[in-house]
Formats: sequence, structure tokens, C-alpha cells
Amino acid sequence: MKKLTTLLAVAALATGVATAASAADWGKGSSVRIATEGAYAPWNYTDSSGNLVGFEVDLYKDLCARLELECTLQQQAWEGIIPALQAGKYDAIMAGMSITEKRMEVITFSRSYAATPGVFVVKSDGPFADLKTDVDAVTMSELDDAEKAAIATVKEAFAGKTIGVQIATTHENFLNEFIAGDVTVKTYDTQENLDLDLQAGRVDAALAAMSYWKPLLEKDEGKGLKIVGPGFTGGPFGNGVGAGIRKEDQALADMFSKAIGEAIADGTLSKLAIEHFGFDASAKE
Amino acid sequence: MIKLFDQPDNTWELIANGLPWTLTLAGSSLALGFFLAIGLALVRLSPYRPLQALAYAYVYLFRSTPLLVQIFLIYYGLGQFEAVQQSFLWPLLREAHWCAILALTLNTTAYTAEIIRGGLLAVPWGQVEAAKACGMSTWLRFRRVIFPQAIRQALPGYGNEIVLMIKSTSLASTITILDMTLIARKETSATFSIEPLFIAAAFYLVINFVATRGVMWLEYRLSPDLREAKTGRTLPDQDVANAH
Repeated sequence: MKKLTTLLAVAALATGVATAASAADWGKGSSVRIATEGAYAPWNYTDSSGNLVGFEVDLYKDLCARLELECTLQQQAWEGIIPALQAGKYDAIMAGMSITEKRMEVITFSRSYAATPGVFVVKSDGPFADLKTDVDAVTMSELDDAEKAAIATVKEAFAGKTIGVQIATTHENFLNEFIAGDVTVKTYDTQENLDLDLQAGRVDAALAAMSYWKPLLEKDEGKGLKIVGPGFTGGPFGNGVGAGIRKEDQALADMFSKAIGEAIADGTLSKLAIEHFGFDASAKE
Repeated sequence: MIKLFDQPDNTWELIANGLPWTLTLAGSSLALGFFLAIGLALVRLSPYRPLQALAYAYVYLFRSTPLLVQIFLIYYGLGQFEAVQQSFLWPLLREAHWCAILALTLNTTAYTAEIIRGGLLAVPWGQVEAAKACGMSTWLRFRRVIFPQAIRQALPGYGNEIVLMIKSTSLASTITILDMTLIARKETSATFSIEPLFIAAAFYLVINFVATRGVMWLEYRLSPDLREAKTGRTLPDQDVANAH
């Protein structure tokens, strides 16, 4: 069986799924390829003329300028974003990716540059518009009784219903781990497609980051939607959002961490966050 | 359970859970599409120009646009119209699997109609005239002479279409249907490895192997004229020789 596995690995190499990715010497003037999804406003998205814009698009420019790196930004579908990083198609991911233990098993991260809880959104004229729990914030890493009760309340409310979530996200992991069972979990390629189905009534609720929902709900596309229940952080939701980088490129991760620290210190990061999210979702010292 | 990769044992089983959806989508759209296609092919060959044009327009539309786009338009596109959401069709169109079956059926109907049309046109005209001369009615001619031969002629092309449709069901994974492809994609993203996709590919290989063998068997069954008789009866010329 070993032989077959080797054969398939060779086939994968031949088709360009994996190209050799060894640690490089990162320093001033290095060229760094950064990948983003381009479908997760306001973090990263494409505007009407097809340009990549958003919080992370502004942020990477700032960070690269601080580090004097030659950075280029490229678009990559969310689903394969980590395997393609490992395959050496680019050197860093800045795509609203939460720093989770599970992802830390395969890649490393810079320090976090933003932090935002996960929240449920429902139709404001639907049956779940009044869903309430006793607590407003649930920290998954250290659950107390009131927080456990809040999760139970949510689970009970959506029993027999459908919750939509984007594939391969911390939110999907949370739903599978804590909510699935009586609740059907539907997975979507992109958050934008999930929004369409929430509006069409094919899902009863959707789970995503507060930083995604808040600006959306203020726009026409988010008309008739409402945030309900508590905000979830920690545990499966990870510890903030950071730049994902190959393990062997720890040096590059450290450089990004340093630049993010500087951007926090001089207020650039919180300025960018307020500009894009409408509230300060930036990470703190 | 056969273990090909250093995977948790249940990856094969997990992906096998998507098998019923793959088979349901392929089976129902192929079955529905086949009958619709016969009708469409006959309309294409009818002597009435406006009907011909309509049938051609349908075939042109569905063969010339990507299936993925058709699936998205039916699932996400129709769902955006208030009128559709209010209509009696919404209970069906609300469900992803009906949208997928609809898109796949409409698509395969267009392709299959062309395959059947080719089969119908390949029936020698002399045979049709002979049948007419025997006094067969239009329906009897179609049932006894034209259709059986047309199907036989169309079979190799249709076998191709079956394989294409089985693979096309994987596009339904983009509209939340938990078929083998979506389960493999979920596993891939959970484990950050591409091995679940290899396993899914292996499943498709096996299904298509069975499907192509089935078509080959059918081809064999429908071509008695092209193979030697298996009866114990001696050949006619020997009969003649023995008679003397």
C-alpha cells in the first residue's frame, strides 16, 4: 500500500498540486506572495470593477511597507487555501482566517490583527427574531453554567431547522461540534451564496463573524436580517484572526507579527478596522 | 474495509454516505431526461417548422451554456424572485436536490435528444418504405422498425452521456447537496489533505466502470444480427448439403 501512496503522491506532484516549498531567507526586499479569498466583505472582496479591496487589502500594503517587502496579492478559493499555501503557491494567507489549534497543527500564524465573535443572523420578520439567551458572550474555551445554558437554548430553538455556514470555517466546526444533531447544517462555498439562501428562506439562520454581519446589515443587501443570540469566541473559534504562514517560514510569521504590533501601537490598525467594519475589531496589545 | 491511505478508517464510509445522492441525482435525471429526449428528438424531426425551431432553440440553449451556470441560475437565481417564492413551485425549488435534478434533467435532455435524433436518422429509409408497403401504421412502423434500430445506433453515444452525467452530479455539491464530492471536500478541508478527493474519485471510477459495462452488455443484447447464432441448429448451407 505504501507504493500506491507514493505513486499517488508522485501523480499529485506531476499535476502541480504540490510544488516544493522550502524555507526561504526572508528579509528586506524579499518578494512575498499573499493570498486572499476576495469574497468575504469587508475583510476582502472584489469591487464592481473587479479589484480586490477590503480591510486586509489595505492592511497587507501597510504591513509590507513597514517591512520593506515586495508583496503581491492573489485570489484563491477559500476551500483550498491552506493546502495551496503548503504547496507553495503563495507565502501567506490574509483572508479573515482565525487562529485555531486545528490549523496550528499544519501551519503557523502571525500574531492576531483582528478579533471578532461569531454570531447568528436570522430574518427579522421570521420566527427566530426574538431568540434570546441570558448571556451576551460565550467563551468556548472556558464554559460556565450560564454559557452552557445559552448553547442549549440555541440548540433547542433551532431543533428541526437548518443553519447555513461557509465550508471549512471555524463556524462550521463549532456547529458540527456543539449544535448539529437535531439541527441540519448546510455548508456553502462562499459566504455570499449563504446570504442569498438566507434571504430566500432556504436556511433559517446563518452563522458567521460579527465583523462580516455588521457592515452587511447596514446595507441594502442586509435589509430584513437581524443578529440574535450571544457572540461566541474562543475554543473552536480560535484566538483572533492572523496571517497564515507555512511552519518552515516562522521567520516570515515573526516579521508580520512585529509589523502588526507596530500598526497596533501607532493606531493604524484600529483606524483601518473602524473604516472597514464600522467598529474597532482590531486586535489589542 | 480496504485501507489505501494513512486515513482514519471511516473516510471511505463517510464518502460512501454520499453515494445515494450521487446515484439518485444521476439515475433520476437520466431516466426523466431519456423520455423527454425522445419527445424532443421527434419534435426536432417533425415537419412543422416552428416546432422544429423551438426544439432546436432548446437544444442550443442547454448545450451552449455551462451546466454549473444552469445549476446556479436555477438554485440561486430563481430563489431571488419574490414571485417564485410565492408560487406553488417554491416547495420544490426551495429544496436543493429538486433544483439539481431539474438542472441535470434539462441538460441531459438536450444532449440525449441530439443523440437519439442521430440514431433515428441512421435508420435506412428503404426499411421505412418497406414497412409502409407492408401496410404498417405510423405508430407500428416507429415501434417495430425505426425505434429499436435508432436506439441500437444511439447506444454508444448515449453511453458517453451516462458517464458524463454521473460525473456532472458532482456539480450539485456547489448547492449544498451532501453528495460524495461535497463530503470529500468537507473532509479535505477538515484534514488539509487531498486524500478524501482521491477516495471520491475511486468511487466515481467504480460507478462508471459498472455503467459502461452495463451499456456494453446492452449493446451486445441489442445486436443479435452482428454475432454468431448460439443455437444448436446447423447452418443452412449444411442443411442443403445434407439434403442431397
